[in-house]
Parts: sequence; C-alpha cells; structure tokens
Amino acid sequence: MAELRLDGVEKRFGPIVAVDGVNLTVPPGTFLCFLGPSGCGKTTLLRLIAGLETPTGGRIDLDGRDVTGLPTHHRNIGMVFQSLALFPHLNVGENIAYGMRVRGLDKAAQARRIDELLDMVQLTGLAERNMAQLSGGQRQRIAIARALALEPSLFLLDEPLSALDAKLRETMQVELRILQQRLGVTTILVTHDQREAMTMSDMVAVMGDGRIQQVGTPLEIYRRPANAFVADFIGTTNMLDGIVDGNEVKIGGARFAVSDLPDELSDGDQVHLSVRPEEVLVTKAGCAPHPPGGRLEGTVAFVRDVGATIETHIDCGAVRLIAAASPKDRPEVRSGDRAMVSLPPDACVVLAK
Amino acid sequence: MSSIDRMPGRTGHRRALLVLAYPSVMLGIFLVLPFCILVALSFYYRVPGGTYEPAFVLDNFANLAKAFFVNNTVHTLSVAGIVAVLAVALAFPFTYRLTRLPRRKQIPWLIFVLVVLALSEVIIGFSWSVLLSRTAGVSNIPVWLGLMDRPMSFTPSGTAMLLGLTYLAFPYTVLVLYPPLSRLDPSLAEAARTMGASPVRAFFTMIVPVSRPAILAALIMVFVFTLGAFVIPQVLGRPQHWTLAVHITDQALARANVPMAAAMSLALLAASLLLIAVTVAIGKSRRAVP
Repeated sequence: MAELRLDGVEKRFGPIVAVDGVNLTVPPGTFLCFLGPSGCGKTTLLRLIAGLETPTGGRIDLDGRDVTGLPTHHRNIGMVFQSLALFPHLNVGENIAYGMRVRGLDKAAQARRIDELLDMVQLTGLAERNMAQLSGGQRQRIAIARALALEPSLFLLDEPLSALDAKLRETMQVELRILQQRLGVTTILVTHDQREAMTMSDMVAVMGDGRIQQVGTPLEIYRRPANAFVADFIGTTNMLDGIVDGNEVKIGGARFAVSDLPDELSDGDQVHLSVRPEEVLVTKAGCAPHPPGGRLEGTVAFVRDVGATIETHIDCGAVRLIAAASPKDRPEVRSGDRAMVSLPPDACVVLAK
Repeated sequence: MSSIDRMPGRTGHRRALLVLAYPSVMLGIFLVLPFCILVALSFYYRVPGGTYEPAFVLDNFANLAKAFFVNNTVHTLSVAGIVAVLAVALAFPFTYRLTRLPRRKQIPWLIFVLVVLALSEVIIGFSWSVLLSRTAGVSNIPVWLGLMDRPMSFTPSGTAMLLGLTYLAFPYTVLVLYPPLSRLDPSLAEAARTMGASPVRAFFTMIVPVSRPAILAALIMVFVFTLGAFVIPQVLGRPQHWTLAVHITDQALARANVPMAAAMSLALLAASLLLIAVTVAIGKSRRAVP
C-alpha cells in the first residue's frame, strides 16, 4: 500500500496544456477514478504518474518518495493498458512471468506465482494457452494478473474495460473492485464512463480542461457537484438559470427555497440551479396538497416509459424540466396534461456562474 | 430467381479471372519461359570455340562437383548470409526508432532511404571504391588531423565488399521492416517498462522476439538480394572474393560458355532454396516450442 501525492503537476505539449497544475492526494489502499470527457487530460495524468511522460512542472510523490524524475521501470507500478498490450509471441504464463523474469526470479518461484495469479483471476490452468486462443474477458484478466504479478505499490488502469461488451464490462467492474479490496492496493482507473466510476471507486476525481474539477466520493460528486461542469457531466440534470434573492433563487416569476446556499453568493448574483431528475416531483395541476418547495406549472410534453424508470418532460414557459420516477411513484399525468413541478429545497444545488 | 441471383456472381468471377490472367501471362512469358530455357540450356553441349547445340549431356553438372565450384558456392552463401545479418542488425534498430518518431519527422528519413534506393549497384560500388581509396578516401581525414602518417587504401578487400553489399541492401531492409514495425502497438514497449524492464532491455526481450517473423523475412530477402549482386564484388573485392554471380557472368559473357553458366545458376538457385527452407523450418519450430 502506498500513498500517491501530486503537487502542481503540469504537462504541456508545445502550446497545449494537457494537465494544468493538478494537486491530489490518494490515501493508501484507495480506489480512485479519473473521470472526464475525452481530451480532458486524464490519460496524460495517468501516464505522468506511471512515468511514461515527463511532467513539465510540479512533483509526484509515491510512498513519501519523490519519483518525478524516476524512470518507469524503477517505479514499482502495475499498469493495464487500453489495448491490454499483451505480448502476442508469449503464452499466458510467459506473459504473466515477464516482469518476474526481468527481476531474475527463479523458475520455481515464477511458476508458483503464475498459478497463484491465475487462481486469483479465475483462469486456473490456462498458463500454457496462446494469446490467440483467449476470449476478450480472458485477455482482460490476464492483463490484470500480469500487472499485479510483482505486487506493485500502485495499480494503474487506462480504460481497460472499454473494449468489452456491456454485460461483461459490468461483471468485470464488480470483479475488479472486489479484487482490489482484497489486495488493498492503491489503484487509479481512468474512465469516461461515470457508471463505471460510481461502481468501482472510493473516490472520483472529475477532470475537465486539464484540471481536477472536483474530488469526492461517488455520491458526493453526484449529489453535491462543485460546479456546472461536474453537474452537467455526471448524470443528467436540470440546469436552470436564476438570480439569488435572500435564501431563495428566483427563476422567472417563481421562487425556490434552497437549503444550502454557498456563502460567496449575494443577492442579485446570476446562478445555475441544478436538480437531478429523480428529485423532481410531478403532480397533476390543481390536485392539492402539493409537496413543499418551489413550484412551477407547465404542460407535459412527453412521457418516456422504459419500464425501470419513467421520464416526464414538462415545458414550464422558457424552461423544460425532466423528472424521473420509478414505476412505484409513477406520476399520474399524460402527455398534454397541465402539471405542477416541485423542486425540494434539499435537492436544489446552487452553482455560481 | 436463382439465375438472376447468380448473374452478378458469375460476371464478378469472370472479371476476377480476367484481372488474374494478365499477371499470369506476364509471369509465364517473362519468368517461367526463360526459366525453362535456362533448364534446357544447362543440358546443352558446348561446342569448343564459343557456341552450343541442343543435346542432353550432363557434363556441365559434372563440372559443378569440382572443388573450385563447391568452395565458391559455400563462399557465396556465406557472403550473402553475413550481409543479411549485418543489414538486418543495422536496419532493425534504425527502423524501430524511425517508426517511434512522429509522422512528420519520419518523412525526411524515409526520403533519404528511398534516395539511396534509387542509386544503382554500379554507382554505389564505384562511390565506395573512391571513398575507401588511398588518394581520395576517408583515410585522408585522420592524416589531416595528424593521427596517421599517410593515407592508406581499404579497397579492394573482402571487408570493402561486405561494406558495399550491406550498404546496397540497407534501404531494402528498412522498407521490408517498416510496415510490421510501424504496426507494433507502442504500449507493448511501455508495458514492458512498467514491469521493470529498462528501454534497452525491453528492446531485446520484447521488441526483438515479437518481431521474429519480420526479422526472418528481412533476412531471407537480403540473402536472396545479395546473391544476385555481381558488380560490387568485382569493384570492391579481389578475384578470390568474387561470388558465384560474378563467375556466372564471367562464364556466360567472357568465356561464352552459356550451358555452364545455366548449370551454375540452377545450382545456386537450388542451394539458396535449400538454405531458405532450413531457415523457415527453424523459425517455425522455435515458434511451436517456445
């Protein structure tokens, strides 16, 4: 187990700033995800941590030791690449043993460790197989086993599951998370899939424009996004433009009470009000009593019922709101109905513009 | 309905035949036919005085069993083998580094390689002979620097011949190695490095073994290519360094013994095919039992 600390890490490619002064501490044994859209610098940041790129500024500490200038092969890391980078000329056992052979471990110790690792990834007895004989999921597991062979102090994964089909990907996410918890290895995963990030990680670092926009537990990131970028990138959200007035936010003519107004905002400030669709309550207009909180009245434009969730799109003047509900709480409205939309104060997140 | 369905297939098939017919006819006229003539010639009777007449005699092949010819075949195959190893040993690291450069920086190097390719064997032979000579050669540089008393000549010699042949083969080797090496996933070498291998170590324990089919192909290509070189051995080597190709030219042109030249060509072809077959077999067996 090792702690990773990034201090003002920066990477420029000519005039382009790929990673822009990142500060981050990853406690020992943590599973952290770099989550962001493509081109946000998350893969570059992972490669900087691995030593495959040299930072143009800042400092990287691993286990209390400055590793900024240390070449990759001295860092004691395990990495799974997006292409998996399995060696096609070697069989499964030889692939896993590559690092051990470089270290000069004796043959018997190598063989024992290969068996141990294959057991761990549930591929017992496949050491003699050729790479071409394996399925996508099996290759995935071999890449994981190979990266963990030398008991690295840091385990890095660069979108390793992106090539798998959706079902297998979900299975692998859970499996990988259980494996990581058992080994307790400090792990960083790069992904653009927020579901994957939410499933696997202790901590999520949302990245955008080469910076870390927010670090927190998956639920914190989801429920309390720090800015409009995070709120917009993570899940779907209703983003309304409003003006601060006392403890409330005015949107059009309606006023919305919010339970948590950031201190730096004062009356008259332009803000975004972000509300997750599943927090939005829809009732038929004129059907008292309405739930507490600010209200808007509108017309139901569209109902999308996909079985597991029901999405109701409501036009309220200039804004369109989306409400999501489970079948148990199905709103009793149909397309064309007048409806009352309530936003509970504790579900309203106010974001500075 | 079925006849309508089959129509496009049948015309497509006919078109494919037509497309294939052209190279087949050309190959037949310019390769198979001359080869048959060569085989026939090798059995012809040589009339002392410079001509030959149709016959079926084995004299030409009997001559091949002589020590001179056997030794020279061994010498020729060794020269081709050494040049193949030298050219691949130089071109492989060069091409690997080249394919790791950004596209923009690769282009000047590729142009340079292609320009060398455009030079004929004659020009390359005589250029090296000047470069290695006493009067205008490279040894004048250490003389100017005061490191040597007087310039010396490095040509003609066996080393000069190997140097010239390797230079001639180098651009071809780069071009044969370029496609497979540029397709090599860059993360393979990175993966080796994350597992504790230094870049040099990763090159020898990962890049070289993973490229074995490409290396084998390049070795065979240079080997066959060098067998056909007949100007450089004459320009840069002494008569005892001459390869079979030179002697074949000599028999056919200088001594007007075409049947003997034909028999020698066939023997060289047979010997090189045998050697290539052995090389390929070794390559395959090592892949099967890693």
